[in-house]
Amino acid sequence: MNKITNNKAWFLVLPVFFIVAISAIIPLMTVVNYSVQDIFDPQTRFFVGTEWFEQVLGDRRLHDALIRQIVYTMSVLLIEVPLGIAVALTLPRKGWGVSASMVLLALPLLIPWNVVGTIWQIFGRADIGLGGYVINMLGIDYNYSQNPMDAWVTVLVMDVWHWTSLIVLLCYAGLRSIPDAYYQAAKIDGASNWAVFRFIQLPKMQSVLVIGVLLRFMDSFMIYTEPFVLTGGGPGTATTFLSQFLVTIAVGQFDLGPAAAFSLIYFLIILLVCWVFYTVVMNAGKREEQ
Amino acid sequence: MARIDLKSLAHSYFPDPKSDTDYALRRMEHVWEDGGAYALLGPSGCGKTTLLNIISGLLTPSEGQVLFDGKDVTKLAPEERNIAQVFQFPVIYDTMTVYENLAFPLRNRGVDPKRVDERVREIAGMLDLTGKLKQKARGLGADEKQTISLGRGLVRDDVSAILFDEPLTVIDPHLKWVLRRKLKEIHNKLRPTMVYVTHDQVEALTFADKVVVMYGGKVVQLGTPQELFENPAHTFVGYFIGSPGMNIMDCNIDDGAAWIDGQRIALTDRHLDAVSKQTGKIELGIRPEFLKLETGDGVSSDNGVAVNITKVEDLGQYKIATTRFGTSDIKVKLGEDAQIIGQSGVLRFAPEWTKLYADSQLVA
Repeated sequence: MNKITNNKAWFLVLPVFFIVAISAIIPLMTVVNYSVQDIFDPQTRFFVGTEWFEQVLGDRRLHDALIRQIVYTMSVLLIEVPLGIAVALTLPRKGWGVSASMVLLALPLLIPWNVVGTIWQIFGRADIGLGGYVINMLGIDYNYSQNPMDAWVTVLVMDVWHWTSLIVLLCYAGLRSIPDAYYQAAKIDGASNWAVFRFIQLPKMQSVLVIGVLLRFMDSFMIYTEPFVLTGGGPGTATTFLSQFLVTIAVGQFDLGPAAAFSLIYFLIILLVCWVFYTVVMNAGKREEQ
Repeated sequence: MARIDLKSLAHSYFPDPKSDTDYALRRMEHVWEDGGAYALLGPSGCGKTTLLNIISGLLTPSEGQVLFDGKDVTKLAPEERNIAQVFQFPVIYDTMTVYENLAFPLRNRGVDPKRVDERVREIAGMLDLTGKLKQKARGLGADEKQTISLGRGLVRDDVSAILFDEPLTVIDPHLKWVLRRKLKEIHNKLRPTMVYVTHDQVEALTFADKVVVMYGGKVVQLGTPQELFENPAHTFVGYFIGSPGMNIMDCNIDDGAAWIDGQRIALTDRHLDAVSKQTGKIELGIRPEFLKLETGDGVSSDNGVAVNITKVEDLGQYKIATTRFGTSDIKVKLGEDAQIIGQSGVLRFAPEWTKLYADSQLVA
């Protein structure tokens, strides 16, 4: 059989290629460029090979930030996903309550991130903030700007407040797609509430939950704005997560080489985790079908 | 298995029903025998699914009671009523295997694992699912999924009744026929009380011992398929059952006969006796099967009605002629080799199969 070759098709791909080049490939290559050179001024530059990578990988501050980041992201996922599912299950299924709860849930998602940081920064203050004041009134010594534990909890609670709605909305969409007949059949089959959740609701939510977990993983792994406004990474380095640390190197110390090397490592970690997670989940789905 | 009593049962979706039309289900009084196969037949919106959901407990009737073997279950939830129900669209548990799907209703009730295995294999055998027991249910086609749903309905042998809500809608025609026969077989073998909702008369007539015809929220007739055919109690039954349905025409009673558009149709004394007490709108009904059409020269119109023949359809095994006199179109069912000569003929009404209706209700 003669294969028809028509190279004109490449022209149709060009615009996309052009856009992707400008938006992703060229900036990324710039970073790669920085990461292998030591640049003093535009005329004075030295190729340093993997030196910056070695330096960054051996940096204890980075190790600490990475551990903090992992603990933080895990906590976020472990709290927000079950909480989101639980809230979605209790939402009304019809009537005026549906739109009311949708609006309430969407509100945190609509607030700009630095405003979220500001809100909690004020809310948590012991002198003028409602939250901080009430907690201290209850006899608990709470001060997020001095106590690392308090700062941690505040950042975590803020994230839960800000993002649980996303999981709720995704799960709710999944739940709404279940026809009534499923619930009726389960009732007649004598299924317990747990069995209804395990065999009807959870399978229907599975695909949206994968998306939800991925989104929450990426976002929380890259979190910057809210903690920056709330605690500035402190007290000390208690809430200095990876992004915060990166900004300190790149903007604070203007060490572009190590910062670039670190950016690439950071990028690869996120890419790797997402890929592994996605592949594992999708393979699990396929195995089940066979 | 249980006898089902519906005692002055009625249901309205409105909180405070005033007129008859507010009721989705008008007041009814019925006893459905233990071990019977009942079909609820009627057009969309006639209340048949409402009635089924009341029996299954998914809906609580606004008036009256439902009794299973004399025990009032009106207020009981579906799971407390000990019934099985199969829905219009397949309901399967995606993440389970076919085996686990079938075992689910039994396991939920803590049935002994050996017994579960026995029942699942028995039902799977009846429904040709044996080879698929180990497969995940999610990858199967709509037909197979619905077969599993049927299996889950049949797997418990201690239920009071098995309810089917148009279960074969999504099944393709050939398999529909096979499954219907399977259901019938299972019914003959195990004699569960079965209630089967459908809008398909063929399905109802082949499946059920007794057909409950519903129309506008009312049960208009409950009878065997033969009774529905020979003696429709309501003009709707005549029209809805049979293919084509009963011919129904307005008529006047005068001078010991029925008159339609000036044509005389002979009646028996039985008809005349019964109709003399009636005051409502009188209609005459006769099935196309019981009319005779004579054509050709020299056919006398004595004891018959002269008609024009407007259309003849040949449906292979039989022919349907549409005839006309005055303003009435009348269908006649003829044998496949019936000869029709010319454009006109004479219709003969068999008096014993001629029915009279007053306000749509059968009088004689």
